[in-house]
Amino acid sequence: MRGLLIRDLRLAIRAGGGFGLALAFFLIVVILVPFGVGPSANVLAPIAPGILWLGALLACLLSLDRIFATDFEDGSLEFLATAPVPLEGVVAVKALAHWLTTGLPLTLAAPVFGIFLNLPGGGYGWLVASLALGTPALSMIGAFGAALTVGLKRGGLLLSLLVLPLYIPTLIFGADTVRRGVEGLDAGTPLILMAGITFGTLALLPFAGAAALRVNLR
Amino acid sequence: MSFWEYANPRRFMAFTDRVMGPAFVLAAVALSVGLVWGFFFTPDDFRQGSTVKIIYLHVPSAFMAINIWVMMLVTSLIWLIRRHHVSALAAKAAAPVGVTMTLIALMTGAIWGQPMWGTFWAWDPRLTSFLILFLFYLGYMALWSAIEDPDTAADLTSVLCLVGSVFAFLSRYAVNFWNQGLHQGASLSMDAEENISDVFWFPLLVCLAGFFFLFLALVLLRTRTEIRKRRAHAITLRERAA
Repeated sequence: MRGLLIRDLRLAIRAGGGFGLALAFFLIVVILVPFGVGPSANVLAPIAPGILWLGALLACLLSLDRIFATDFEDGSLEFLATAPVPLEGVVAVKALAHWLTTGLPLTLAAPVFGIFLNLPGGGYGWLVASLALGTPALSMIGAFGAALTVGLKRGGLLLSLLVLPLYIPTLIFGADTVRRGVEGLDAGTPLILMAGITFGTLALLPFAGAAALRVNLR
Repeated sequence: MSFWEYANPRRFMAFTDRVMGPAFVLAAVALSVGLVWGFFFTPDDFRQGSTVKIIYLHVPSAFMAINIWVMMLVTSLIWLIRRHHVSALAAKAAAPVGVTMTLIALMTGAIWGQPMWGTFWAWDPRLTSFLILFLFYLGYMALWSAIEDPDTAADLTSVLCLVGSVFAFLSRYAVNFWNQGLHQGASLSMDAEENISDVFWFPLLVCLAGFFFLFLALVLLRTRTEIRKRRAHAITLRERAA
């Protein structure tokens, strides 16, 4: 399992693009917003929490289809399925590798992008905390979606249609945590609810993802 | 005679052949009685005027939209556990009916909302939950149509239906947290004190029955079509092999 994690991380870094692409996409989304709504801090500051969460979510979505697709095409997924590790574990490790290459860098970079959007001072800690707790759920849900669509020739668009509605609860609680943090309200409640969703998905979705993979490998 | 006998497609076809006609008749009778009664023989509400009468379409369609998803969840579980093809095909057949019910509920709500709330759309928790339910139906149907092999499609859509149900439930409560609502509370509940006045209640019950029988008839019709499509496909394959 550890070997699989290291292999996936190496592939993501050496193949280029995978690691930095999500960050670059996040940066571009953040830069495009002021062009769309105007540069005034009065406009940007209230929408900054939502934009930052949306940007992180879309950047996560970008690399989802590669979680299983390349391994499915070259046949290594079949080896993993017959290997002496449970397929549920493989799904969880793949999601972890995806999170380490997208969710974690996004979390670390988000405060910098918050400055671009005039995010008020009280929000930075909550932004990092909510992204750190929320992006694992995005990766895990995404891994499930990728497992569902891995056998399809052009699954990318379908994958977004399937996965984005599943992201709604995480997005609601995540953006609300930051918004409450900015306004000085109690931000702990949405953060805890979101952490509940994250741990719930981490506990249950590897089984659903493995079931979908078994069907696709049949 | 057990319920599972109808998992046999031939038994199912014979049984539904007898049931489907009466279901259509009951739907037509209940809907025409309920709608005519509701539209022409109930008093106007003292605040809402005649716009209140849209509940005879709005409440039954919303009720069916949610319950059709529950039915799809049950049939998907039956497919995953007992591998009855009829069950998977019933789930597939119910989805387009469910998405239509969701659309009817959303649109009648918008038409009622314009004069009453002054807007076609508000980001109210109930409205938003229904929009999310609509997205779940779309995703489910898109996955069915994207996969060629029927058994793979049935398996994957069933898994999606299970996971989707959990997340639909979560979203329902997440949007409550996210925004305060304009929508009134439940019109129908077992707690009689909350319910609407009997004058509106009886025609509404008839309409609910009408929508239910309409759904039953449409799902049976669509499931029978799916079974016949399977048979036609099998015959084509056999002839090509011969």
